[in-house]
Amino acid sequence: MDNLLEITNVVKKYGNFTALNNVSLQIPKGSVYGLLGPNGAGKTSLIRIINQITKPDSGTVFLDGEALEPQHVEQIGYLPEERGLYKSMKVGEQALYLAQLKGLSKNEAKKRLKYWFDKFDIAAWWDKKIEELSKGMAQKVQFIVTVLHQPKLLIFDEPFSGFDPINAQLIAQEILELRDKGATIIFSTHRMESVEEMCDEIALINKSNKILDGKLTDIKSAYKTNTFQVGLKTDFSTEVTNTLKENFEVFPADFKLLNNELTLNVKLTNGATTNDLLGYITTKGSVQHFVEILPSANDIFIQAIRENS
Amino acid sequence: MKKLQLIIKREFLAKIRNKSFIVMTFLSPLLMVGMGALVYFLMQKNDDKIKKIVFVDDSGLFTKLDFKDTKTVKYVDYTALGVDLTKEKVQKGTYYGALLIPKQDSLELLAKSVVFYSKKSPNLSLVKSLENRISRKIRNQKLNNLGIDLQKIKASKIKTVIKMFNFSGEQSSKTKKWLKIGLGALAGYLLMMFVMIYGTSVMRSVIEEKTSRIIEVIVSSVKPFQLMLGKIIGNATAGLLQFCIWGVFLLIILTVASAIFGVDILEMQKARFSEEQLQVMKNVTVGANEQLMMQEILELPILKMFVLFLFYFLGGFMLYSSLFAAVGAAVDNETDTQQFTFPIMIPLILAVYVGFATVSNDPHGTIAVLFSYIPFTSPIVMLMRVPFGVSWVELLVSMLILIATFMLMVWLAAKIYRVGILMYGKKASYKDMYKWIKYKG
Repeated sequence: MDNLLEITNVVKKYGNFTALNNVSLQIPKGSVYGLLGPNGAGKTSLIRIINQITKPDSGTVFLDGEALEPQHVEQIGYLPEERGLYKSMKVGEQALYLAQLKGLSKNEAKKRLKYWFDKFDIAAWWDKKIEELSKGMAQKVQFIVTVLHQPKLLIFDEPFSGFDPINAQLIAQEILELRDKGATIIFSTHRMESVEEMCDEIALINKSNKILDGKLTDIKSAYKTNTFQVGLKTDFSTEVTNTLKENFEVFPADFKLLNNELTLNVKLTNGATTNDLLGYITTKGSVQHFVEILPSANDIFIQAIRENS
Repeated sequence: MKKLQLIIKREFLAKIRNKSFIVMTFLSPLLMVGMGALVYFLMQKNDDKIKKIVFVDDSGLFTKLDFKDTKTVKYVDYTALGVDLTKEKVQKGTYYGALLIPKQDSLELLAKSVVFYSKKSPNLSLVKSLENRISRKIRNQKLNNLGIDLQKIKASKIKTVIKMFNFSGEQSSKTKKWLKIGLGALAGYLLMMFVMIYGTSVMRSVIEEKTSRIIEVIVSSVKPFQLMLGKIIGNATAGLLQFCIWGVFLLIILTVASAIFGVDILEMQKARFSEEQLQVMKNVTVGANEQLMMQEILELPILKMFVLFLFYFLGGFMLYSSLFAAVGAAVDNETDTQQFTFPIMIPLILAVYVGFATVSNDPHGTIAVLFSYIPFTSPIVMLMRVPFGVSWVELLVSMLILIATFMLMVWLAAKIYRVGILMYGKKASYKDMYKWIKYKG
C-alpha cells in the first residue's frame, strides 16, 4: 500500500449546495501533498471529512487501507485555518488536555511536551495563560499540540498564517522533518511559494471539483510552454531578433541583465529543440543567459482555474 | 468514555475556578442572610420611634384605660385642654397626632365622627389600631345599653381549631401549610435560577469555544455530541457542587438554630411529638412558638425534597441547557443571543408564576397537576407541589416524561450544535437551524 489516504468519489452536499462533487484523491505515504484551490472551492469540506468532523453523503475514505472509523482521529493531526486555544487556560494544562483528547496518556504527553517545549525554547510559558501570549507564540503552542501525538497523517491548513518569516521558516523545516520521519502531510495554502518549496504532489480543487492532481514536477512539465530566457552579447541585435522571429515565437524579455545585452523570451515551436535555438545564437555572439521558464505553482494555479471556468 | 470524562473534568474545573462561581457560592448565602437581617433591622428602625398621641374625649365615654400605652405608642389625655388648644399644641410640639372624639347624641353618630389630626400622613397600622380601640369600646357600650352581660359574652367565646390530616396520617396545620408553600416556592425559584444561570453558562462556554476558534481543533478529536454532553454534565456537576455546599450551610444553620431553640434534629426526624407534648410546649415553654416552628420545619419531607430537587434540577438542566448549547452554537457572540434565549426563558418564568398562583391555592388542582407533567415546567411546579405530598405514581410519570423529553431535546440540539459550531461570522435564523437539523452526518 503506497497511499496513506485514498479518497474515492466523495460527494458532500449542504442543502442545495454541493461542496464536493465526486472528488477522488490518492495521497502517497511520506509525501507533502498540497491541497490547493480558491476560497470556497471545497478544501475545508474535504479536510473536515478526513477528520470525521462531517460525513460524506457518498464515497469512501480509506486511511492506511482501513475505512475511516472514530478511533482513526488519534492517527490524524489537524491544524485548522480557523484555529485558537482556550484563552484563559494555562498553556501546559491546555496542551495536556488536547493531547489526552488525542489518546495520549498524561505522563506520555508530559514527556513529549517537555521535548517540544525545550526544542522551541518555550518551557517558561508552561504556566502562562494563552491570553498573555502574542499571536505568534500561541501559534507555536498550537503547532506542538497538532503534532504531539505523532500522527501518521498531518493536515495543515494555512500553517504559516500568524507567523513572522523567521518562525514560518522554522515551522516549514519542522514540517519537512516530520515528513522525513515518515509522516504524511496534507498542506493547504494560498501561499504558492511555499507550495513550490514543500510539496511533492498537489491537487487543485475548484468549484467543488478536482481539476488537477499529480506530482508537482509532472504537472510543471505538462504546463511548461518551452519558453526560454535568452541573454546574448552581440553586435547584431536587430538581425538576431528578426531571424529568431522567423523561426520561433519571440516575446519581450521579462528579466534583466547587468550589461546592455540583447534579452528576449523565445518559445520553441514546430518541434524545434533547444539545440536548434542554441546552435543559432552561439554563432551570433556569446550567450550570457539561457534558462527555461518553468511555470510556477502560482501560474499553474491561475491558468488551471481560468481554463476550468 | 474517557474523552467524555476529560471534557467533563475540564468544563467542571473551568467553571469552579471562575471567580464568579466562588463569589456566588460563598458570598450569596451571606448576602441573602445579610439582606434579610437588613430588611428586618430597617423595619424595626422604622417603627422604633415612640409616637406620642394626645386624645380629647368630649363624649366622656373613654378613659386612659382604653388607650393603654404600647411599646411604640404613648397616649396622653388632653381632654381638659379642649380641642382648639390641643390642636395648636400638637402642631407646635413633638406629638405625632391628636385624636378628637366629639360628643354625639348616638353611638352610631359617634362612630363616624372621630377625627385624627397629624402632621404627616399617619401610619396605616396605627390608624387601624385606633379604629379597633374605638369600635371595641363603642360596641361594648352598645351591648351594655342593650342589656347584654359582657361577662357572659366573654365566657361564651370559644376558639375553634380544625385539625387537618391527610390520609397518610400526616397532621397538617396552617403554619405548616405556609411553611410548605414557602419551601416549595423557594425550591422552585432556586431551580429556575439554577437552570438559568447554569444554562447560560453552558451557552457562554459554547460561544467562547467558537470565538476563540478552538472548536475545530476539539471536534477533530472528539464528536461534537460528546463535547456538548461533556459541557452540560460538567456544568451540572458544578451546579450540584454549589447546591451541596449550600445544603451544608443550611444544615449548619439548622443545627445551630435547633440548638438555640432546643429541638433535637435527630429526634425530630425519627419520631413525631405526641399531641400532649405539643400542647405542653405550646402552653408552657418560653419561645414555644419558635420551637414549634422549628419542629414543623424539620417534619417536612426535607430529604425527599432534596433528592427530588437534585433529580429535577438535573432533568430540567439537561433539557434547558441543551437548548442553550444550541443557541450558543447558532450565534457568533453573546449580544446575538437574546432573541433566542428569550423564548427559552418564557416557560421557566411561566412555571414559577403558575406554581406561585396555583400550588399555594390548591396543590392538587387540575392546572397545578397539568403543569407538573409538562416537561418544560414540571421541574419547577412539581417541586412546589412535593411538600404537600405527591403520590409516587404522579412523580414517576412526571419524571419519565421529563427524561424522554430531555433525551429528544439533547438529540435535536446536538444536530443544531454540530453544524452551528463550525459556522463563523454569521448569525443563524430559526430557518437555518431547522435546515441544520435535517443535514445528514
